[in-house]
Amino acid sequence: MKRTNELIVGLAMMAVITVITWGLFAVGDNMPVGVTPFSRDVYQLHMIVLGIVTVIGILVFAAMFTSIYLHRKSRGAESAKFTHSTRAEITWTVIPILILVAMAIPATRVLIDMEDMSGAEMNIKVTGYQWLWQYEYLEDDISFYSALDRDSNAARQIGSDISPREVDNYLLEVDKRMVVPTNTKIRILLTSGDVIHSWWVPDLGWKRDAIPGMVNEAWTLIEEPGVYRGQCAELCGKDHGFMPVVVEAVSPEDYRAWVAEQTGGEQTAAAAPALDEMDRETLMAHGEDIYQAHCAACHREDGSGMQPAFPALAGNAVVNGELSEHIDVVVNGRPGTAMAAFGQRLDARDLAATLTYTRNAFGNQTGDLVQPEDVAALTDAQLDESLVSTGRPAN
Amino acid sequence: MTDTTAHIDDHHAQPKGLARWLFTTNHKEIGTLYLVFSLAMFLVGGAMAMVIRAELFQPGLQLVNPEFFNQMTTMHALVMIFGAVMPAFVGLANWMVPMMIGAPDMALPRMNNWSFWILPFAFLILLSTLFMPSGAPASGWTLYPPLSLQGGNSFAFVIFAIHLMGISSIMGAINIIATILNMRAPGMTLLRMPLFVWTWLITAFLLIAVMPVLAGAVTMLLTDRFFDTSFFNAAGGGDPVMYQHIFWFFGHPEVYIMILPAFGIISEIIPTFSRKRLFGYTAMVYATASIAFLSFIVWAHHMFTVGMPLGGALFFMYATMIIAVPTGIKVFNWVSTMWRGSMTFETPMLFAIAFVVLFTIGGFSGVMLAIVPADFQYHDTYFVVAHFHYVLVTGAVFAIMAAAYYWLPKWTGHMYDERLGKIHFWWSTISVNVLFFPQHYLGLAGMPRRIPDYSVQFAEFNLISSIGGFAFGLAQLLFVWIVIKCVRGGEKATANVWEGARGLEWTVPSPAPLHTFDTPPQVDDSVTAHKDQLA
Repeated sequence: MKRTNELIVGLAMMAVITVITWGLFAVGDNMPVGVTPFSRDVYQLHMIVLGIVTVIGILVFAAMFTSIYLHRKSRGAESAKFTHSTRAEITWTVIPILILVAMAIPATRVLIDMEDMSGAEMNIKVTGYQWLWQYEYLEDDISFYSALDRDSNAARQIGSDISPREVDNYLLEVDKRMVVPTNTKIRILLTSGDVIHSWWVPDLGWKRDAIPGMVNEAWTLIEEPGVYRGQCAELCGKDHGFMPVVVEAVSPEDYRAWVAEQTGGEQTAAAAPALDEMDRETLMAHGEDIYQAHCAACHREDGSGMQPAFPALAGNAVVNGELSEHIDVVVNGRPGTAMAAFGQRLDARDLAATLTYTRNAFGNQTGDLVQPEDVAALTDAQLDESLVSTGRPAN
Repeated sequence: MTDTTAHIDDHHAQPKGLARWLFTTNHKEIGTLYLVFSLAMFLVGGAMAMVIRAELFQPGLQLVNPEFFNQMTTMHALVMIFGAVMPAFVGLANWMVPMMIGAPDMALPRMNNWSFWILPFAFLILLSTLFMPSGAPASGWTLYPPLSLQGGNSFAFVIFAIHLMGISSIMGAINIIATILNMRAPGMTLLRMPLFVWTWLITAFLLIAVMPVLAGAVTMLLTDRFFDTSFFNAAGGGDPVMYQHIFWFFGHPEVYIMILPAFGIISEIIPTFSRKRLFGYTAMVYATASIAFLSFIVWAHHMFTVGMPLGGALFFMYATMIIAVPTGIKVFNWVSTMWRGSMTFETPMLFAIAFVVLFTIGGFSGVMLAIVPADFQYHDTYFVVAHFHYVLVTGAVFAIMAAAYYWLPKWTGHMYDERLGKIHFWWSTISVNVLFFPQHYLGLAGMPRRIPDYSVQFAEFNLISSIGGFAFGLAQLLFVWIVIKCVRGGEKATANVWEGARGLEWTVPSPAPLHTFDTPPQVDDSVTAHKDQLA
């Protein structure tokens, strides 16, 4: 009697689980349909395969639970003697093969489509760094970095008293979005400046790894304007969870306007010679921006660092020491540690501002003003060396 | 000659206390050592899982910083795979394989001792990295470069520990192969062997084939990190993707190393409690061999997103999908074994049934993951986490639990507490689904794996999953208590223990004396669990 109760519990559980699982899919906790032709194909494939395995599961488990109910000793069942049946065994070998072929055909078709890069109207190069993304619009000559926005960054600190629920799009917002036109076939080239990252926006239907030393390609064609959010999907170090991807798709007209705005701003900067002297205020303000975007993830917003891997900059011997050594560490990195070679990422102007800022913030009072020329002079001399030593592990 | 020496050693000069365990060459004692070690590591790895689930209990960082979180996910995997699951299976093989084939001991008893005693030191080294200044490895158990190369000097200890584990596994595997091929009792033909023996024979070949590959891969990491080579360093002409190919050439067979012996265990338990011989025994053997073969040609399905040629992606997709066929055969055969049997539902049977259902669910998500375009969405999300925990926890670990309940009376001479066993079963089965099923949704909705914090849209399912995790963790403490209680006493077990049990291990008394089958038994179909269907 007690065992029959167990069966009822078991069967009831199975029924409840099936209803709940599909119910949850139905109310939206499922793969997004997405906004590209590819993402819709992938969604369909997903639902087809999910449907097939659900049906197979129900059949197999129903047979098993029926047997568990009928063929139990407590009901007086006597065991049969059969040990094989060639016909049954051939059947359940052949039928799964047919089902697999039926799944493989559409999967192959979608994959071939995905790999077809022809007819791309624009190219964007995406470079992953620990822990932000760089977007370079090859035709429109725009380049910028995109990192976790400051509100999320403040809320995610351990011991922060800001509730993640009060931050809009917690961990899924960036300081500068990747803006793209709708209804345009965009080829995306992926690479990395340090470790392997993976660029993923679920609404576009795919992720692809960004790997140092190699360029991957994929394409997308977004049909609906909107903001689409994703994250880095390959473990890339301590802040892997904090490098979101945000794509803003706008109409081609709005995109042109955005491009004009970007390049307009850029031209003003370019109009001034890159190595022009800057005053203290400009250096400090620009330096703080760059510091917060590129350095604060490890060295913290207040320069206090995180021991033992990420040294504090406040009172740091290098930061308060000889300028040439400080420049060397920032430009060439510290091989074998997480300290990257920022000479590859930032131009002399940005580097000079950051150096100035760190040498005069967090209680550091060297009073030095580092000018772009100082950095350029050193980096030119070390260019060869820096190329060789980049990312190279050593003791 | 050898026999005489062994005889004198064992009956007149057996050391007591710690020395007994340090110097033992007895397969049963070494089996016990493996099993106790594995249980200890299961608790250590489980404690790490509790840290992970506690941090993921709600959005925001509350307990640990991201570096430590990454150390936890990495160490949890290494400890569970190399410390809990693999040694548990080796322990079961040590105890059961000689008794199942009518051999007096393992073929190479001293090597057997050595292959066990390497392990505690390997794990001491691995776990000690947690207390080193540069911390434990934090790049995931796969140790992908360049990230893994950013670690500090403790990385050398990790690699040394992995080398030791590999040496231990290879020696264990050689021993098992030598035992099975050379020491079967007269009449114990290959196709009369219990399926647990068969699956272990095939697993042992997999181990010998792939553990050296892992050793090679991590050695290259070592020289890249400490001796300035550039195997995987793009700036020096190396290729980080090559590491992934080499690693997964080890890694995929490794997955089957952790599941084939589980298939064997389930194929022993279901016939016993169905009081009916295993359905399609020969097909089961061939299915196991096919799965083992296929495991060598599907590795790149772990890395579809690294960017590979269309032809490569298609090949690995088709090869992966084919695995569903032999795996399906196994599931159908288990169900057919139950069909028209005369079933009872003691704890081992309950775990075996849960294995069939939940492992199959893990298999289904495996088929979904094989579909390359869909994998571009699933890859490196919680969907994958859910998938491999269904096959490894409700697959491998549930099979080990089933085996422990099934053979505990044979090992200890006492019946375990059936009421507590059933409580453990239901508690574990419900909580493990609360723990892992929601992770499918998290992955589909866009939550990447290996992140210490997440967007608030994932909060509800993470909360449910964490509650399931704590409950499942607690349930395993009950298991430890049940085992201790059974070792200390309980209802006396008969030689046969289970009414429907067949096979040589049930012909010896319970508890099994230190030495069994000093004189080989004559084996025929009346005592074996399986008839040689070809004979």
